[in-house]
Amino acid sequence: MNLHEYQARALLKAAGVPVPDGDVATTPAEVEAIAARLGGRVVVKAQVHAGGRGKAGGVKLADDPKDARAKAEQILGMQIKGLTVQKVLVVPAADIASESYVGIIVDRASQRPVFMVSPAGGVDIEQVAAETPEKIFREPIDPRYGLLTHQAMGLAFHLYRDIAQVRQAATVMQKLYRAFFDAGASLAEINPLVTTPDGTVLALDAKIVVDDNELERRPKIAALRDTSSEAPSEVEAREANLTYIKLDGNVGCCVNGAGLAMATMDLVKYYGGDPANFLDIGGSSNPAKVVSALKIITSDKNVKAILFNIFGGITRCDDVANGIVAATKEFTLDRPMVIRLTGTNDTLAVQILKKAGFEALTDMDEAVQQAVKLAKGAA
Amino acid sequence: MSIFADKRTKLVVQGITGRDGSFHAKQMLEYGTQVVAGVTPGKGGQTFEGSVPIFDTMADAVRETGANASVIYVPARFAADAVYEAADSGVRLVVCITEGLPVLDMTRVMPFVRERGVRLIGPNCPGLISPGQTKIGIIPGSICREGRIGVVSRSGTLTYEIVHQLSVNGFGQSSCVGIGGDPIIGTNFIDCLEAFEADPGTDAVVMIGEIGGTDEQTAAQFVREHMQKPVVGFIAGQTAPPGRRMGHAGAIISGSSGTAAEKMAAFEEAGIGVMKRPADVVPLLKARRS
Repeated sequence: MNLHEYQARALLKAAGVPVPDGDVATTPAEVEAIAARLGGRVVVKAQVHAGGRGKAGGVKLADDPKDARAKAEQILGMQIKGLTVQKVLVVPAADIASESYVGIIVDRASQRPVFMVSPAGGVDIEQVAAETPEKIFREPIDPRYGLLTHQAMGLAFHLYRDIAQVRQAATVMQKLYRAFFDAGASLAEINPLVTTPDGTVLALDAKIVVDDNELERRPKIAALRDTSSEAPSEVEAREANLTYIKLDGNVGCCVNGAGLAMATMDLVKYYGGDPANFLDIGGSSNPAKVVSALKIITSDKNVKAILFNIFGGITRCDDVANGIVAATKEFTLDRPMVIRLTGTNDTLAVQILKKAGFEALTDMDEAVQQAVKLAKGAA
Repeated sequence: MSIFADKRTKLVVQGITGRDGSFHAKQMLEYGTQVVAGVTPGKGGQTFEGSVPIFDTMADAVRETGANASVIYVPARFAADAVYEAADSGVRLVVCITEGLPVLDMTRVMPFVRERGVRLIGPNCPGLISPGQTKIGIIPGSICREGRIGVVSRSGTLTYEIVHQLSVNGFGQSSCVGIGGDPIIGTNFIDCLEAFEADPGTDAVVMIGEIGGTDEQTAAQFVREHMQKPVVGFIAGQTAPPGRRMGHAGAIISGSSGTAAEKMAAFEEAGIGVMKRPADVVPLLKARRS
C-alpha cells in the first residue's frame, strides 16, 4: 500500500524526523488559510500515487495566500496519470543549500533491509542508479540490531563534510529506520533530504510503501488507505478478497492462482489477443467470490469475451461452476464466455454447467484461442 | 529418488486441527506421507483421525515421535512463530504453506533458520511432492506421476498445469518443489537445481519462474556454470505492467528490472530451453532428451 506524501511526513514527524511545517487541504479556501498561517512563499503539492507530479504541473510555487489559492484551484481536480487530485499539501518554500537522498528498501537478494544514500538527491533515485551508480552508497542492516550508530555515521559521511550536519543526518536515518520498521514498510525514503543555508538538515519530501501483509496487525496504518485514489474496480475486488488489476485489452480473464493468471494473460497475447485484466480468485474458492469476479470483469466496458481458466487443487471446480450459474441468475451476462476447468471435481462442474446451458473445455490453449476469436469477432 | 523429502520423511503438521491443516493432513495421509504427529497448543493428548497423536509443542512432538520435518498451516499472524518453533525443535526441513507473512518478519526468520542448519521451503508456497513416496503441502497427488523430471516453481496452480502436461505425456516427476511467490523465501531456485543435479533419480529439470527480482537470472548463471542435466524454463508475466503487484508479493516489475523478457534472455543465454507457453514443456524436453 502506498502512503501519500502528507501521510509519510506525519509518520516521520512522529518518529522525530525534522520536517517543515505544513498541512493538507482539499479546497482552495483551506489552502489560502494554511498559506496565511505559514506566511511567506509556499509550495502547493498534489497528493496522488503517481511519480512525476512536478512535470505534470501538480507542484506549484505561490508568492502569497491569494496566489496559493489560485494555484490550488489549478491543481485540485486535475488529472495526473489518470488519477484525480483530491488533496494538496501546502508547505513553506524552503531555501535549499544542498539536496541528498536517503532511503531503505527490503533487498530480496541479501534478504535484509538495505540503506541507500546518495549526495545526488532531488531526482529519481532509479535515474541516479542507472546513470551514476558510483554516487549511491549501500549498507545492509541486520534487523535484529537495526541501523547501528557507526553505520548511520558512515552513511552520513558520504553526504556531508561538516560534522554537525553528519550527526544530524545520522540521527535522521536512525529515526527513518524506526519509522520504516514501525510502519511495516517495504520502502521508506526521504528525497530530498536538504540542508538549509543555516546548516539545518530537513526532510523535504517523503515516500513510504507499506507491506500489505503488515496491515492486519497495524490497524492505524491500514486506516491510512485512501480508496478515493484507487480505481473503484480494484477497491471492490479487494473487498471481495480478489486480486484484480485492470489492463487495456478486451479478453476478461478469471483465473485461480497468480502464476496461472499471468500465464493466461500471456497466452491470450500469444494467440493475438489482448487481456483486459489480471484476476486471481485465490485458493479456497466459494461461489460468491466467482459472482463478485464476474461483476467486476463485466463492469469493464472494453471486455468483449470472458475467459475462465481454472486448475482445481484447493479450488474446487464445482464451486466455480456454481458461482458462474449463480451469477447468471443474478444478472444477465451480455458477453460470450469460454470456460476451462480441470482438476478437483471437474466432472461434477461440467455437469452443473451443462444443466445451465454452458459448455466447458479442458485444454488451456483451446480455451484461450476460442476466447481471443470471440473477442475479435465482437470488436 | 527425490530431493528434500522421501518415503522415510517423518512429518509433523503444525496447525493440524485448523480448517486447512486438517483437510490437508488427511490428504497427505491418504497419499502415504508418514504424518507422525500434529501440533496445536492446548490440544496435546488428543489424536487426529484416530491415529495421529497431537502435541502442545513441537519439542514434545519431535521428542516423542522422532519427526524430522514439519509443515505449517497456521494463520499468517502465527506463522513466523511457528517457523521459529519448528527450527528450534530439531527437525531438518520446515515447509511453510501459510500466505501473508510480512517480509520484515522474514528478514529475521532467515538468519534464525540458517544458524540452525534448517531448510525452510516457502512461505506462501504449495510445498513439495516426491510422487509415489511422500507429499508435504497441498500439491494434488492425482496430477503427479512417478518419474525422472525435477520441477521447481515460484507458482502454485501454474505448476499444476505444467506437471499435468508432463504426466499425461508420459513424463513422471522425481520431485516437484513449489518455492513460493514472496520476495524473501527460504529455498530458492539454485538450492533446488543443485539438489536435482546431484539426485541420481532426476534426468532433467523444469524451472517455472515469474516476473520480479533477479532469482531466475542468478539461477540461469548457475545452470550454465554448474549443471550437466538439461533444464527447460518458463516465465509468467510477459504481459504484466510495471509497478503493479501481480498477486504474489514478489511478482512486481520495478523500473526496468525483473521483466519476463530479461529473464527469458538470461535463460536463452544459459542454454535453458525457453517455453513460450506451458504446452511447450513436453516438446522441449523431448528435443533435449534425444
